[in-house]
Amino acid sequence: MNAVMELKGVEHVYVSDREATLAIASMNLSVYPGEFISLVGPSGCGKTTLLSMMAGLLIPSKGQVLLHGRPVSGPDAEVGYMLQQDYLFPWRTILSNALIGLELQKSLTEERKQTVIHLLEGMGLGATMDLYPSQLSGGMRQRVALVRTLATEPQLLLLDEPFSALDYQTKLQLEDLVAETLKAQRKTAVLVTHDLGEAIAVSDRVIVLASSPGRIAKTFEVPEHIRESQPFYAREQEGFNELFHHIWKELEATERKE
Amino acid sequence: MNAHMNKAGASAEYSGHLRPEEKQAWLKMIHQQHRRQLKKKRRIVLTTQMSILLTFLLIWEIAGRFKWIDVLIFSYPTKIFMQIGKDMLSGELWPHLWMTLTETAVGFLLGTLVGTLLAILIWWSPFLSKVLDPYMVVFNSMPKVALGPIFIVLFGGGFTAIVMTTLSITVIITTLVVNSAFHEVDPNLVKVVRTFGGSRRDVFRSVIFPASFPAIVSTLKVNVGMAWVGVIVGEFLVAKVGLGYLIIYGFQVFNFTLVLASLVLIALAATGMYQFVVYIERKLIRER
Repeated sequence: MNAVMELKGVEHVYVSDREATLAIASMNLSVYPGEFISLVGPSGCGKTTLLSMMAGLLIPSKGQVLLHGRPVSGPDAEVGYMLQQDYLFPWRTILSNALIGLELQKSLTEERKQTVIHLLEGMGLGATMDLYPSQLSGGMRQRVALVRTLATEPQLLLLDEPFSALDYQTKLQLEDLVAETLKAQRKTAVLVTHDLGEAIAVSDRVIVLASSPGRIAKTFEVPEHIRESQPFYAREQEGFNELFHHIWKELEATERKE
Repeated sequence: MNAHMNKAGASAEYSGHLRPEEKQAWLKMIHQQHRRQLKKKRRIVLTTQMSILLTFLLIWEIAGRFKWIDVLIFSYPTKIFMQIGKDMLSGELWPHLWMTLTETAVGFLLGTLVGTLLAILIWWSPFLSKVLDPYMVVFNSMPKVALGPIFIVLFGGGFTAIVMTTLSITVIITTLVVNSAFHEVDPNLVKVVRTFGGSRRDVFRSVIFPASFPAIVSTLKVNVGMAWVGVIVGEFLVAKVGLGYLIIYGFQVFNFTLVLASLVLIALAATGMYQFVVYIERKLIRER
C-alpha cells in the first residue's frame, strides 16, 4: 500500500540569534490511506513542527516530506489543517467563513458551495449560516472550522489539538463527530494531542514522541475492537485502560531520560 | 399544561405561579422601569452640561457689560455672536469658512489615504520597513509645522502649501498607527490563509486589511483633529483667506471680537466634522 504522507530521514534545525537547535532528529514515518494516527509527547517534542512540515508551511532542513510520493514544496489542496482554536474571521458570516478555503484556492463553484451548505446542515449549523462567529458557542465555532477544513475536500487532515480549547462535554461530542465524519469520508488524519485518552479513543496508531531533539520513542497499535467503537464508547472497551497505562509509562520514561 | 409549568424547577420560585401572559407583562414592566431610569440619568447629565455652559456665558456677558474685564481683549458673548451674524449677512464670512473647511477635508482625506498606502507598502516589504524605520522616527518626533516656510517656498502661499502642512502632520502618524494595527493581527488567522495556499496578497486582502479596518477607521478620528491643527497653522503662516487668517487679521487690527468669533466657528466646524466621522465609523463598523 502506498503511503499518503511519508517522512524520510527528516531533520529540522531552528536558528535563533543565540544558537542553532536541533528540533527534529532523523524522523521516519508513513501514514497510510484511511489511517488515523495520533502524535503524543511532552511539549517541545516538535509536534507542531511536524504538522507544519506535512502542511507544507515549513521545509525541513534535511530529509524528505512526501505527499503521495511527491516532495512537498508548499501548501497543497490535498492537505487540510485544523488549528487549536477555530480562528474564524469575525468579520465574515459563518457560511462565508466556511467558503474561505475554496475562495483562496479559486475553486469556488455553485456546486461546491451547495456541498458546503450541506456539510454545515449535517453538523447542525444550518440555522447559523448568516450569523457571525461571535454569536456562536465554542463548540459550534469549532464545528464551523471543521467544515472550513473539509470544504476543500482534502484527502489528508492535520489536526493540531483541535479539541484542547473546548469544555469537556463539547470535546467528547466533537471527538465523535470528527472521528465519524473522517471515517465516513475515508479521510486520512494525523492528530496532535496531549490527551492520551483522546489519542487512543480516536486513532489506529499512537506515536509517542520524545523531546530535545524531537524523535519517535515508540509506536502503539490500537486493538481492533477499540478502533471500531465510537470514541465516546472506546473509553469503556476492554483493554483501553491497559493501553492507556502502557503509553503513560512510556511517556514518563521518555521524560525521565531528559 | 399549567401543572407542568409549575414543576419547572427553580423558575417556580419567582414567577412560576404566574401564567405565561402574566409573566410576559411582568418582564415588560421591569424592562420599562429600567429604561425610565436610564432616561432620567441622561436628562440629569444633559441639564448639568447645559447649565454649566449657560452660567459661563452669562458671567462672561455680565463681566463684559459691567467692564469687570477688558472688553477690548475678552469681548463678550452677544458681541461675538453679533459679529458672526453681521459677517454672515454681509457674505464676508462664507469664503473664509468655505476655504478652511475645504482645506481641512482635503488634508484629512489625503492624509488618511496616503498614510494607509504607506503603511501597506511598509507591511509588504519588511526590508523597506527596516530601512525607513529611523527616518520615520525622526520625522515623527519633529514638530512638522516647522516645515511650514519650506512648503510655502515650494508650493506658493496658498491652498497647496496649507494642505501640505496638514499632510506633514497627518501622514506619518497614520502610517505608524495603521502599520502597528497590521502587526497586531492574530498570526493564527494568517496561518489559516496560508494553510489554504494563500499568497501574501491573499493574506493582506482576506486577513490583514479587514482585521485592521476598525483601527484604520479610528485613525480617521485622530486625523480630523490633526488636520485642523495643520490647516490653522498653515493659514497663520500664509493665507489671505480662511478662519486662521481671520484670527491673525483680528489680532493685527486688535479686533479680538473677530478673533473669538473665528474661534467659535472653528470649534463648531471641528465638532461637526468629528461627529460626522464618528457617524461614518459607526456605519462602517456596524455593517460587519
